Amino acid sequence: MQIPAPFDYARASSVDDALALLERHGPESLIVAGGHSLLPMMKLRLARPEWLIDINDLFELDFIVRDGDRLRVGAMTRHTTLFESDEVRRLFPIITDAERTIADPVVRNRGTIGGSLCQADPAEDLSTVCIVLGAEAVIRGTAGERVVSMAEFHVGPYETSVAHNELLVEVRLPIRPRSGSAYEKVERRVGDWAVAAAGASVSLAEDGTIDHVAIGLTAIGLDGTVTEAEAMLHGKAPSEELFVEAGRLAALACDPLADQRGAIDYKRHLADELTRRVLRRASSRAAEAQEG
Amino acid sequence: MTITDERASNPAAGGADRPIGYGRIQRKEDPRFIRGKGNYIDDIVLPGMLHSAILRAPVAHATLVSIDTTRALAHPGVVAVITGKDLLGLKLAWAPTLSADVQAVLVTDKVRFQGQEVAFVVANDRYAARDALELIDVEYDVLPPVIDARKALDPGAPVIRTDIEGKTDNHIFDWEAGDAAETDAVFASADVVISQEIVYPRVHPAPMETCGAVADYEPIEGHLTLYETTQAPHAHRTLFAIVAGIPEHKIRIVSPDIGGGFGNKVGIYPGYILAVVGSIVTGKPVKWVEDRSENLMSTSFARDYIMQGEIAATKDGTILALRTNVLADHGAFNATAQPTKYPAGFFHIFTGSYDLKAAHCKVTGVYTNKAPGGVAYACSFRVTEAVYLVERLVDILARKLEMDPAELRIKNFIQPEQFPYKNKTGWEYDSGNYEPAMRLSMQIAGYEELRREQKEKRERGELMGIGVSFFTETVGAGPRKHMDIVGLGMADGAELRVHPTGKAVVRLSVQSQGQGHETTFAQIVAEELGIPPEDIDVVHGDTDQTPFGLGTYGSRSTPVSGAAVALVARKVRDKARFIAAAMLETRPEDLEWEKGRWFVKGDPSIGKTIAEISMGAHGTVELPEGIDGNLDAEVTYDPPNLTFPFGAYICVVDIDPGTGHVKVRRFIAVDDCGTRINPMIIEGQVHGGLTDGVGMALMEIIQFDEDGNNLGGSFMDYLIPTAMEVPNWETGFTVTPSPHHPIGAKGVGESATVGSPPAVVNAVVDALAPFGVVHMDMPCTPGRVWEAMQGRPRPPI
Ligand SMILES: Cc1cc2nc3c(=O)[nH]c(=O)nc-3n(C[C@H](O)[C@H](O)[C@H](O)COP(=O)(O)OP(=O)(O)OC[C@H]3O[C@@H](n4cnc5c(N)ncnc54)[C@H](O)[C@@H]3O)c2cc1C
Repeated sequence: MQIPAPFDYARASSVDDALALLERHGPESLIVAGGHSLLPMMKLRLARPEWLIDINDLFELDFIVRDGDRLRVGAMTRHTTLFESDEVRRLFPIITDAERTIADPVVRNRGTIGGSLCQADPAEDLSTVCIVLGAEAVIRGTAGERVVSMAEFHVGPYETSVAHNELLVEVRLPIRPRSGSAYEKVERRVGDWAVAAAGASVSLAEDGTIDHVAIGLTAIGLDGTVTEAEAMLHGKAPSEELFVEAGRLAALACDPLADQRGAIDYKRHLADELTRRVLRRASSRAAEAQEG
Repeated sequence: MTITDERASNPAAGGADRPIGYGRIQRKEDPRFIRGKGNYIDDIVLPGMLHSAILRAPVAHATLVSIDTTRALAHPGVVAVITGKDLLGLKLAWAPTLSADVQAVLVTDKVRFQGQEVAFVVANDRYAARDALELIDVEYDVLPPVIDARKALDPGAPVIRTDIEGKTDNHIFDWEAGDAAETDAVFASADVVISQEIVYPRVHPAPMETCGAVADYEPIEGHLTLYETTQAPHAHRTLFAIVAGIPEHKIRIVSPDIGGGFGNKVGIYPGYILAVVGSIVTGKPVKWVEDRSENLMSTSFARDYIMQGEIAATKDGTILALRTNVLADHGAFNATAQPTKYPAGFFHIFTGSYDLKAAHCKVTGVYTNKAPGGVAYACSFRVTEAVYLVERLVDILARKLEMDPAELRIKNFIQPEQFPYKNKTGWEYDSGNYEPAMRLSMQIAGYEELRREQKEKRERGELMGIGVSFFTETVGAGPRKHMDIVGLGMADGAELRVHPTGKAVVRLSVQSQGQGHETTFAQIVAEELGIPPEDIDVVHGDTDQTPFGLGTYGSRSTPVSGAAVALVARKVRDKARFIAAAMLETRPEDLEWEKGRWFVKGDPSIGKTIAEISMGAHGTVELPEGIDGNLDAEVTYDPPNLTFPFGAYICVVDIDPGTGHVKVRRFIAVDDCGTRINPMIIEGQVHGGLTDGVGMALMEIIQFDEDGNNLGGSFMDYLIPTAMEVPNWETGFTVTPSPHHPIGAKGVGESATVGSPPAVVNAVVDALAPFGVVHMDMPCTPGRVWEAMQGRPRPPI
């Protein structure tokens, strides 16, 4: 048994209550959602909160609803819920692709989208997915609510713009017509964190050319998206040659580190390989959406 | 021999189908495990029990400047803080290892590996103990570490073992087997010689239950009861008597249910000794249970062999000779567990399953600033390394000669009529019939069809590999004339008592860590006495209740204790014959045995069952002279030789050419472990071993950075396989009984771990043939496979 440092515990009954508890217990208090990132860190004593504010009773943050041209996902929505949602699969197959590779069923049953984004681990899959989908994050504080883009949300590794006394309450995903998306990850073992992963979203214009495209990479040192490749693809009809070029640009754009998961050149190669694969799949899904 | 084994209709019989004796029955121990009623170390709670935690070194090599425990002692709940200095006073600072070396219980002079034990806190609860570790102030003076084993013997290398008087280098031993001159001569005249460096990286047994102990020292009588995660309770009792100076009759070691051993729980760890010291110092029972990171970072690893292997053959594929030079990384203390005479274990069985003209191996052991051990990890004392080496070399030879790897093996097998077969390094293989096993494996696999599919796929640029391996194991250590561990002979005792109503209890010297002893050993008695296995209680793991013996590892329980149990049952059966004769008023030689009863020759209707005889023995029957009134017996079995199980494995992999990701599509395992007692348990052992083998081949490794930081200290970093990485196992078997074992059985616990890694790696290398790859080292992670595809495979260390 790995034993965390001493801490106190409170269970929030509402978003306002959670915010009040955070306020009351100060900067050494932390939200616990699924606990699958925070608790392992506490057991290794890498995280040492004095208070845990448990938000698992906030069922009001566990939802997936379509609201016009966006899909609203509550911060407490579990990985499993996202993975099993037909609506999600239809609108954003990239999420289903990604969820299939995140950890294992035990972790997915507890872990949440809110916790994943707030953890902001560079190898975290849903961050890439949200960046690629152009998501917005809804953040609530005692002073009220603000909505930020993923670029604003994501400050750096393990760092977000959610202040200590704030809560991420919702993620909003814009729905675009004639779109397809895909995610692919290479891992050493099922449930392992990514060696590298790539996600892409492609929207087609009525004439079949690429109207909007986003490419994101996981675990290999890229903030934001592969803008050079996106600019190159924009307005063109999807083709294998373009995907190859996009892969090349993705490999140049990333900045991986060597570790036990792989050497730098291998990870760059994966940026290339996986970018081509997800563009291929996202484009064909977009074409299907166009026909369907 | 009765084989009721292959009941297709009822794979694990119950009710009327339940065999008396050998056969497929459900495990007697499973109901308690399935219902959560196992009794593991951490389930043990004694009145007044205290808890503990170990402070471990954050660096790999450092002089210990000072330790200040004041703040920790002041922490609420802390009862005692013990340091190396305290142990020096008790003469317990250093403990002997299983390999004639010593290991620090707590650091007194110098830290020698990251994670080494520095101080021990005893407290009212586990949380206080753990929290207090952060309040011990230690000053270290960091020294340059020796991490790369290849550089351990460099003249300028820092000397790790400054505690050993006069030690000026990091050399532990040189050991060799076989005839070097003869081997060199064969190599010199061979048509084909292949040389390859083959690395078997450091891996960890990673049992599901980590190590732990509850020590209960009772000061008035001076009795020590020690509950321990140990695979060898009797050997531990003797060692504790020697180390701690407590008389042996006042020590009781209890090994309760054990959640996996794999060699990890053979040695005596500082934690066990510290729990005892803690109990002596505080006068209360003390529990110590390590956490996962402690288990991975400080307890016995396995392998860590850098092998330069060479194979010599004729042009037409007759293998002539093998030779190898091995650099063995033993970590900071030589604590490897193996018979005294064999510092490299049974590695010299690296001649494998082939009839050779000559062979020679040399192993050099070195110290490095890493955790000690090198213990048998499901490897029969380093047969794993040996089999991996020869099976990789044979595959490389097949490639070079453009021969089919299965056919090349068959061509060179030791032939059935050559058994008992003396190999070139001193082993006598008891029995074997290799070709049928290989052919059966090929038949189950559909080998020809697989090769055809592979050819087609290659033309399309798809990467499919077929890997073959054939192994011969050497298990069941061992004959006392050849083997001992720290002076203790490797024999096993067994005691059997039949109660008046015909139910029985058999007491074993070996201890199960999941192998199903309570079922297998009951079945052996059942077969010999003809009473149902459920009527036989198997007692093990408690030194006060069982006869002396050396424990369970190296697949030795069935070869050694299994023989002891068969013989003790036969002794009871022989005795029953005399008592039955008295009851039937006839002569013993006029009686004949059928399963469960003695009857009068020529008149089967007149006879006595074991239950009747037992009631008679314990009752009022007038006993013949020299026969006392019970149906009990005991034996100590000294095996005349080891047993040599073997198997033929075929692995099929598909590799994603874009990412290097390996998928094991199929795995066919044909095992021959002689007489099969419970086929379901055998299959369970094989399934586990195969999973282990896939893990080692594809992902497992404990790496260190250049400062000596252990990079495999959690299950996030030290990967072990899941159900998702392994295919449906396809198993088969042949039966070649051991001629010297009373029931013809051989060990099987480690066969699959020994045999499967080369099959997987051979498959990966086979898949990569279009890239000109002839060898890549484990683990075959996607990144490493991709590097091999780029023409630059890298050794992992
Ligand atoms: C074995 C294992 C394997 C894994 N593999 C993967 C993987 O391959 N890919 C992957 O992406 N993830 C992986 N994960 C992580 C998993 O997805 C986690 O569930 C997720 O990262 C965190 O979600 P959580 O709800 O558990 O967050 P928690 O652990 O509860 O919290 C994480 C952090 O976010 C904060 N937080 C949580 N919710 C909020 C909120 N609403 N507002 C403000 N702050 C909040 C917490 O204070 C904490 O700092 C793995 C985890 C494990 C244990």
